[in-house]
Order: sequence, then structure tokens, then C-alpha cells
Amino acid sequence: MSLLRVEDVHKSYDDLMVLRGITFQMDRGEIKVIIGPSGTGKSTLLRCVNGLAYPEKGRIWIDGEEVTDPKTNINHIRSKVGFVFQSFNLFAHLTALDNVAIGPVKVKGMKKSEARLLAMEELRRVGLEDKADAYPAELSGGQQQRVSIARALAMNPKLILFDEPTSALDPELMGEVLKVMMDLAKEGMTMLVVSHEIGFARAVADEILFLDEGKIIEKGHPSELLTNPANKRTKEFLHQIIELYGEEREKV
Amino acid sequence: MTEFFEFARTYLPVLLEGTALTLQMWAWCILGGTVFGLLLALGRVYGNRPIYALSTGYVELFRGTPMLVQVLFVYFGLPEIGILLSPIAAASIALAMNTAAYQAEYFRGAIQSIETGQVEAARALGMTQIQVISNIILPQALRMVIPQWSNEPILLLKYSSIAFVIGVPELMARAQMIGYSTFRFFDAFLLAALIYLILTTALAQGLDRLERKVRVPTMQIQR
Repeated sequence: MSLLRVEDVHKSYDDLMVLRGITFQMDRGEIKVIIGPSGTGKSTLLRCVNGLAYPEKGRIWIDGEEVTDPKTNINHIRSKVGFVFQSFNLFAHLTALDNVAIGPVKVKGMKKSEARLLAMEELRRVGLEDKADAYPAELSGGQQQRVSIARALAMNPKLILFDEPTSALDPELMGEVLKVMMDLAKEGMTMLVVSHEIGFARAVADEILFLDEGKIIEKGHPSELLTNPANKRTKEFLHQIIELYGEEREKV
Repeated sequence: MTEFFEFARTYLPVLLEGTALTLQMWAWCILGGTVFGLLLALGRVYGNRPIYALSTGYVELFRGTPMLVQVLFVYFGLPEIGILLSPIAAASIALAMNTAAYQAEYFRGAIQSIETGQVEAARALGMTQIQVISNIILPQALRMVIPQWSNEPILLLKYSSIAFVIGVPELMARAQMIGYSTFRFFDAFLLAALIYLILTTALAQGLDRLERKVRVPTMQIQR
């Protein structure tokens, strides 16, 4: 059974049709990267997966539970799915450590002392144990994003969704975040990543999905899709982002 | 000058008795007004249509009518429908209901200034709406609101003097009584004013200390 199943998902905001029938599956340990022009529904798709947005047509299952079934306890599903936002969205009144610990405490009912140990462990995993007592405003963007990844990890998620995790960062800060993501990939984490970091996609993705106008236009292993895209629009798009983002950033 | 000190020594105990009553009313008003104000704010931000309408109507009603009218209405008006209150209770309730309306607006503003991204992040962790409000929104909103909210405890300390119109023997009423019995209104009111000034200054300092104590680095940054 696949970990994530997305079936014919449609979503519109008012009159604007954002997703027009998205279907794909992910197995445990798989990494998929979604690329595509802006306004094409990539973020919306991720938000549908953990129930932050509700599709008007189509169904989504995670780990055998149907996200799109109104009877499902959505909070229970969300506790198994990490979400890393473009703008970090750390809790401003909490230290890095408490940002990471609050999920296990409030959602899983873990003891505070235990959660803080766990949080420290996760901060170590993203290389920020020395920033445990810092507040978000005292951290750089790259550090904030790493804390937000630790926050997701502390819930012991089955799947992590990344919504353009490096787009809000200065170029020199992207590397540290991509490195953490690479490490996660090597550890076998299941990841669904919206990103234009082609270097990252090439290095770790099992499949790239090219989304355009609310549909998956083309998908394939990075070695094929990146070097030899079949679709004309994929080709144009790849050409554009390479111009925009430079050649690949594989130094990470 | 020595005359004034002489006068102060004689009548200060009487005024301080009134001050105790003033502070007692003030404490009830702040407690009741803050709790009720917070509920009104939550009703305005998160309430369904009827709750939103009720809380909004309440705020408009109490901000839109004079405080004097509210106090007189509670004390003289409510007995006609069978609600009989002592002067102190009537004044405390009216003032608390009044400050709640203003506080609700401060709270609402602070709640709405929390970035929606943080709310989404909390929901994405699996928190319920109530957990998000109590763990993410209120801890930040309440910190942020202190500078504006501080107006209300200070205003209320002064506005409590309005209670003298329904016969509450608080600080202002005592000063007037002393004035009538000694014909030294100047000294009596000056003394009362000084007491109010000392109290409000101390209160302002305390609130300032509270604000600094609960401040976290993040909150100073306005995005």
C-alpha cells in the first residue's frame, strides 16, 4: 500500500481553477520533487495533502486514512505529516527548543521534560543545538528554516511536505537548509518537495513532477526529465529556471 | 503651606478609607473587564455570525454611550426590572462592562496582528483550533497588547470617581464631603488629586515593568 495516494484532485479558489485533476502515489522512503511555473497550484497541492486546503473533487489517502473524508480526524493525520513552509512560520514567542517541543507536548501529550530532550535531539540533527535558547528573531533565515524542519521531525512524521523551503532565503543561506534535506533523504525520509533547486532534485529525487496549469504535464526520473524532457513546456520551463537560478547548485 | 499639611494630617485617614474603596472597585473592574473583554474579542474574531453580532453590538453600545449614563442606568434603571444592586456593586459592574468594551478592541487588534502563517504551522502540527488560540495566539497577543491595554487600568482608576454620583463613599466622594464640612474645597480636592496621581504613577510603573518582564526578543520586531 502506498503511503500517499492522490486521486484526481481538483481545487479552485473562487472562480480560479488551481488544480485540475492531479493523480500520483508515493511509497515509503520515496522522494518526489514538484516543479512548475508560479501560480500553477504546487503549494495548493501540498496544502490539500495535509488538509490545510480542501479539494472540491478527488480523494487523498495518507497511510490508509482518507484525508478528504470529512469524518476523518484531520488533526490525527496532520500529526503524522510534517509541513515545512516557505516563510518558516516559527512561533515567535517560543525559543527554538520550545518551537520544536510544543508539537509533541500539545498534540501527542508527551511529558515536557521528555519533549525537551527529544527537541534537543532534533535540533542537533539540524546542527542547531547551540541555538536552543534563541528566539526566532535572533536566528538567520537559514537557521529558522532548520528549526522548522526540526519542529516537523519531532513529530516523527511518516511524510514531510516542503513548500519551497529555500525560496525565502538569501543564496548563501540555502546551502545549509538543502544539506539538512539531503541528510534526511539519505536517512530514508519520505519527502514531497516543491522546489526549483534542480541540484537537489537531481541528487535525491526518485521522481520529478512537472506541474503546469493545475495538471501534471510530465513526470519522470531526474536523469530523464532534466536532461531530456519530452514536453515542450517542460523544456521551456527548465531552460527558464536554469537561467534564473543559475546552473545547478550541487556543492551542497 | 503648613496649613495644608495640618489639613492633610487631619483628613488623610478619611481620604485613605475612600482610597481603599476606590482600589477595591478598581480591582473588580479590571478583573471582570479583562476577562469579559477577552471573551468579547474572541467572539468578534472567531465567533459565528450570531456571536459576532452580539459581541460587536455590545462593544458599539458601550463605547457609544456616556459612562455616566451607564452607571446611572445600572443603579437607578435596573431596579425597575427587579435587579437591585448596592451602589458599590452597581458602579463596579457598570465600569467593568464599560472597560470590557474598550479592552475587547485592544485584544481584537492584537489577536488579528498574529501572522496567519504561525496559525497554519500550528494547525499543520495537528493542534486543534482551541490549542492554537491558547498556545500560539494568546501568548503573543497578550504580550503585544500590554502597551495599549495599559491605558484602561489607568483610566479606570480615575473614572472610578464617577461612582460618587450614586453615593459610593470612595475617594472623590470623601473629598467632596470634607470640602463641604470644612469649606476648604481647594485643599480637599488637591489632596484627592495627589492621591490619584500617586496611584496612577505607581500603576504605570508597574505596567511598564510587566511589559518588560514578559517581552521576548521577537515581539519587538514589527514585520
